[in-house]
Amino acid sequence: MKRILVGIKRVVDYNVRIRVKPDGSGVVTDGVKMSINPFDEIALEEALRIKERGGAEEVVVATIGPAETQQQLRTALAMGADRALHVQADGIVEPLVAARALLKLVEREQPLLVILGKQAIDDDNGQTGQVLAALWNRPQATYASKLELKDGTARVTREVDAGLETLEVDLPAVITTDLRLNEPRYVKLPDIMKAKKKPLETLTLSALGVQQRQQLKVVRFEPPPQRQKGIKVRDAAELVDALKKKGLL
Amino acid sequence: MTAKILIIAEHDGSKLNPSTARCVTCACALPEAQITVVVCAAEAAAVAAQVAQLAGVGRVLTLEHPANAHALAAVQAPQVVAIAAPFTHVLGPSTTFGKDLMARVAALLDAPQVSDIMAIESPTRFRRPVYAGNAILTVEASGEGKVVGTVRTASFEAAAGGGSAPIEKAAVEVALPTHTRFVSVSAARSDRPDLQSAARVISGGRALGSAEGFKLLYSLADKLGAAVGASRAAVDAGYAPNEMQVGQTGKIIAPELYVAIGISGAIQHLTGIKDARTIVAINKDSEAPIFEVADIGLVGDLFQIVPEIERLL
Ligand SMILES: Cc1cc2nc3c(=O)[nH]c(=O)nc-3n(C[C@H](O)[C@H](O)[C@H](O)COP(=O)(O)OP(=O)(O)OC[C@H]3O[C@@H](n4cnc5c(N)ncnc54)[C@H](O)[C@@H]3O)c2cc1C
Repeated sequence: MKRILVGIKRVVDYNVRIRVKPDGSGVVTDGVKMSINPFDEIALEEALRIKERGGAEEVVVATIGPAETQQQLRTALAMGADRALHVQADGIVEPLVAARALLKLVEREQPLLVILGKQAIDDDNGQTGQVLAALWNRPQATYASKLELKDGTARVTREVDAGLETLEVDLPAVITTDLRLNEPRYVKLPDIMKAKKKPLETLTLSALGVQQRQQLKVVRFEPPPQRQKGIKVRDAAELVDALKKKGLL
Repeated sequence: MTAKILIIAEHDGSKLNPSTARCVTCACALPEAQITVVVCAAEAAAVAAQVAQLAGVGRVLTLEHPANAHALAAVQAPQVVAIAAPFTHVLGPSTTFGKDLMARVAALLDAPQVSDIMAIESPTRFRRPVYAGNAILTVEASGEGKVVGTVRTASFEAAAGGGSAPIEKAAVEVALPTHTRFVSVSAARSDRPDLQSAARVISGGRALGSAEGFKLLYSLADKLGAAVGASRAAVDAGYAPNEMQVGQTGKIIAPELYVAIGISGAIQHLTGIKDARTIVAINKDSEAPIFEVADIGLVGDLFQIVPEIERLL
């Protein structure tokens, strides 16, 4: 079966104002809205569109994380994913651990494409897709803003610092998404009801034979340094004067 | 402990990207740093010569192969890994080039990667931004094995010139994959300064209203010798090309002067400008969050103010 595997992560919603815990052990997440990482939502949307165009028969969504992550898997099923896989893992899941777990799922599911977000907006690591592609020994096309499948290859337009780069990769491959790839659909209420009946399988890291290890220990979280409060000027002339005084013009 | 650092050079085949000089400065913060820079290219001589001049670089290695004509992570990673054995740290810039490549290198080395290094506290301890820069995380590697890192270029000055490091050819015997092929790159050629290294940046948001509206900014920027940036909303709307986007998903920059025009100041945008020396905001909404970070704020209609500024210059 032509299958697409999409990885999602549960993160603090992008609209939430982040506060660092006073003891520096992390950021405040109690009572904070959690969502699917926005880049992963784009990954899922892309997979669904490929399926709707007939380019795939099944979209499987997977996550590695704590029990609560099943909320985000249900949302993904409501968006249109056919099945969900939850790999239970507590604590910080580093990219290498996440990628090893995804590799196990890849070996099991044999997808023609794995689509992930280019980064998670919590740890901002931006590694998992590339690490998975390396361990799998398959192509990677990161920061995708356009994706076309044809004859066992994918043509991917990537947002790079210089502009737009196009690569052709043989399938199977790992794609990571940038924001302009698509605009994810909204979930409709009937779909939420339907999603409750879709299969959600729970696995564990150890059952997959993946060790939960942390190679980078958290020493502390700190709030970023605050900028000094600035001044207001009244018009363009005052602005130009102020810049001249600072030696900037 | 002597730190032996391998830096992967970023270049376009003829010119060294300034991000490499910033990685060198970052690497110099490691104790007794011995810095090697590797240039992967089809023909490496021109770029290697530029690397050799960077102060702090001890040695330049070249890896020449026709497959290196375009930087492809899947092709470069095994070559980098093949020469990585003697090094304690393997660094690249946190640009789209470096982010794409280094994580693949880290995976093949089975080493942890520290993304977006903004400060080095010890050979194993690093500071990096998380949550779009709303928290700073200090992490500690075990000290066993290598550390791979991407360097947040806005946090480091470029290394000075004046060096004269020896250049050596490296040879590696690794099978290079053919599953990934370069097709094309479209980069708008511009005479304006490069956004990532410009001292002055004029940036526009959704309020500019059209690609036509952005011409107002180009005109001002040219008068100031500035680069032009954009918010995501402006890029999404097609007013500006994607390579102009500043922020969490765009470029992280540290100019002397950043002028945000018709940009509200969403946290994802602010992530990209936290290190700007002076931030100027022009916005008609006095409550816009951009004013919370602006050193100089001007409330008003940009379509009046911008031409006025230009006249006054
Ligand atoms: C995961 C994620 C990543 C993101 N990454 C980025 C990123 O990298 N970069 C980025 O910029 N955004 C990013 N965003 C988007 C960000 O959240 C904002 O939506 C975006 O920055 C808004 O752009 P803007 O300020 O141009 O538009 P708006 O928020 O619409 O602001 C327009 C501003 O113009 C002002 N204005 C209107 N007319 C005038 C006038 N005539 N004169 C003066 N002022 C006027 C308004 O008062 C308003 O403040 C990201 C979002 C997500 C979810």
